[in-house]
Amino acid sequence: MKLTGAEILIECLKREGVKTIFALPGGVVLKIFDMLHQQKDIEVVLTRHEQGAGHMAEGYAKATGKAGVCLVTSGPGMTNVITALADAYMDSVPLVCFTGQVPTSLIGNDAFQEADNIGLSRPCTKYNFLVKDVADLATTIKEAFYIATTGRPGPVLVDIPKDVSMDKAEFTYPSSVSIRSYNPVYEGNKWQIKQAAEAMTKAKKPVLYVGGGVVFSGASQELMELAELTHMPVDMTLMGLGAFPGEHPQSMGMLGMHGTYWANMVMHYSDLVVAIGARFDDRVTGKVSEFCPHAKVIHIDIDPTSIRKNVNVDIPIVGDCKTVLRELLQILRATVNGDQKELRKPWWNQIREWQQANPLAYQQAADGPIKPQHVIKRLYELTKDMDPIVSTDVGQHQMWAAQYFKLAKPNRWLTSGGLGTMGFGFPAAMGAQAAFPGRLVLCIAGDGSIQMNMQEMATAVVHKLPVKIIVLNNRFHGMVRQWQDLFYEGRYASSDLETTPDFVKLAEAYGAVGLRASKPSEIDDVLKEAIAVNRPVIVDVPTYRYENVYPMIPAGGSNHEMILEDPPHLKTKQAGSGQVTPKDSDTILTA
Amino acid sequence: MEHIISVTVENKFGSLSRVAGLFSGRGFNIESLSVAPTLDPSMSQMTIVTSGDDRIIEQIVKQLNKLIDVIKVVDLNESDFVSRETALIKVHTRPEDRAEALRIADIFRANVIDSTPATYTIEVTGDPHKIEAIINLLQPLGIKELTRTGRVAVARESIRATSVPAKKAVRE
Repeated sequence: MKLTGAEILIECLKREGVKTIFALPGGVVLKIFDMLHQQKDIEVVLTRHEQGAGHMAEGYAKATGKAGVCLVTSGPGMTNVITALADAYMDSVPLVCFTGQVPTSLIGNDAFQEADNIGLSRPCTKYNFLVKDVADLATTIKEAFYIATTGRPGPVLVDIPKDVSMDKAEFTYPSSVSIRSYNPVYEGNKWQIKQAAEAMTKAKKPVLYVGGGVVFSGASQELMELAELTHMPVDMTLMGLGAFPGEHPQSMGMLGMHGTYWANMVMHYSDLVVAIGARFDDRVTGKVSEFCPHAKVIHIDIDPTSIRKNVNVDIPIVGDCKTVLRELLQILRATVNGDQKELRKPWWNQIREWQQANPLAYQQAADGPIKPQHVIKRLYELTKDMDPIVSTDVGQHQMWAAQYFKLAKPNRWLTSGGLGTMGFGFPAAMGAQAAFPGRLVLCIAGDGSIQMNMQEMATAVVHKLPVKIIVLNNRFHGMVRQWQDLFYEGRYASSDLETTPDFVKLAEAYGAVGLRASKPSEIDDVLKEAIAVNRPVIVDVPTYRYENVYPMIPAGGSNHEMILEDPPHLKTKQAGSGQVTPKDSDTILTA
Repeated sequence: MEHIISVTVENKFGSLSRVAGLFSGRGFNIESLSVAPTLDPSMSQMTIVTSGDDRIIEQIVKQLNKLIDVIKVVDLNESDFVSRETALIKVHTRPEDRAEALRIADIFRANVIDSTPATYTIEVTGDPHKIEAIINLLQPLGIKELTRTGRVAVARESIRATSVPAKKAVRE
């Protein structure tokens, strides 16, 4: 039977198991929306901005591990979704983005709402397709899903001209895909794996450095066994949080620019770094020439370009984390004996010393201004038994969430790592909530970043996505302010927001619930109330304005040279300034 | 160091811009790039002349391989190879220079492929040194236009491989 392009698209989505898409209509995609309107299998979440649709699809993908799908119109619809595509490309998020295009006869004519979707998206997608003939549509969609979800995952864009969505073709969905020029390698080289196993049994001061690749390949079980078998400490990247339980005694937490003191010290003084699904980003390595000066490096990654891009690697293993770790475990189970524990005793003694020397700390006075870290710590303690999904925006609150919200399982952590997209958190949380309607989804945001996609509150209310937003409100772009205080002599160029909307009233204006905690003593009750409500909630928490994130490795600094607390001039300055005057007891405690 | 990289890509809409975009987006050099269909019309052959240290060349090869439209990447510098470039040079010729122009062309085994009373268009093929040399010699006469193809290259076959029957080799 012949179907129109729009019908073929919907049939393909059903066959790919897509239950929800995030979409915003426009002229050239009307036929597709008309067909979506006449079916019941796929829920269409109408967003208020295309960027929101893109981030929701990302949140959906990160929480489920399946491809997120969004559908937008040509021209401005497509340009608005670019930020989400770039974000997904940096963080390896499987996404299939359908964009409308002007009719094929008009392409290149500067038609109304025309943009070069293929040209615009080329540098920020894993691949993109322009479908010129409806007969190719089904195969193209099959390939798009295949490319998005295999190898190193990423966003794929399918550009559909208006006439292609209306033309008819015989529908057959291919059962398999073969692309001669695309064959991701899953099995690691056996000899290299053997070398790696040998190095791991011999190392005195090894560390596992794990990233988002472990989450995407579903290798957490294998990682756990590996860590426990070999008694190695586990450092996680921002993207890797949740890959290993944050409260496990071998967890070092996050490493890098705002990582824990000990996670960075472990890296710097290790003699063997085992990188798994991580890419040695500049926020992790700091000054490359002084990165891990004593260590041999094993690097397991599915993307060969990640290997030896930033740092030299002694044992490269190209392959899927899960597959390679299984292979590695098979060798290690046979060779590892009790000796490793003994061999690494001095290393663990050293690590425990580091942990005691500089723990993560802040001081919350009972009647003083609210410290942002305290809010996150309480939120964590109140919700950890509910297995929540946590999203963040980008900035200080994101780093505090990474430090204090210790995730127990993978696919619970939605954050924009590589691109650092403010405005990511709320729509991403909504995407996750759409995938798991019954689960608790938290969005930790700043007052700067939440305003970047605030409009999606309307979507959350209409689609009954009861996301709980906790706004740590310091009326600053806090991370910018922190850098200005540390490196620009305290000149707050465009970082002071001066006013923010009344978030309680704003929530209510949208038909959501607004709550506020103004004093430390109110935090627990307000958070509990928010969690209990089955509607979208904004919890506004005005916080101490001048809190800084520590430890901090200044950009381009070496990993063992961390700033651990406010330098003296900042302590004096802040003691006498700001709308919220800190008391002596509020001075930041680090050591 | 200069490297010649041979890239086999899908012969379809956008393949060239994906390769070119990779080089510009990641700050790699392109000294020259030539592209044409292969024996199999569904594929194109690109020859890219680039430069960089070992680490950069390794990244270029890996990044090219990562592109979905790229079928095969060979860094020809890994082995022995032959490379050639063609230039078309349109030279001004006053009556007294016409014989000299022909003599120069002759020395370089170049052909005159177009001729007017005031110009010769000379076709020359060779390695970059040869092209540079003929350009240097013709310059005093006055070069009106110059166009170069950029280099194409192919790996040298090992001695053993040449014993394969010719017919089969051609088909491959």
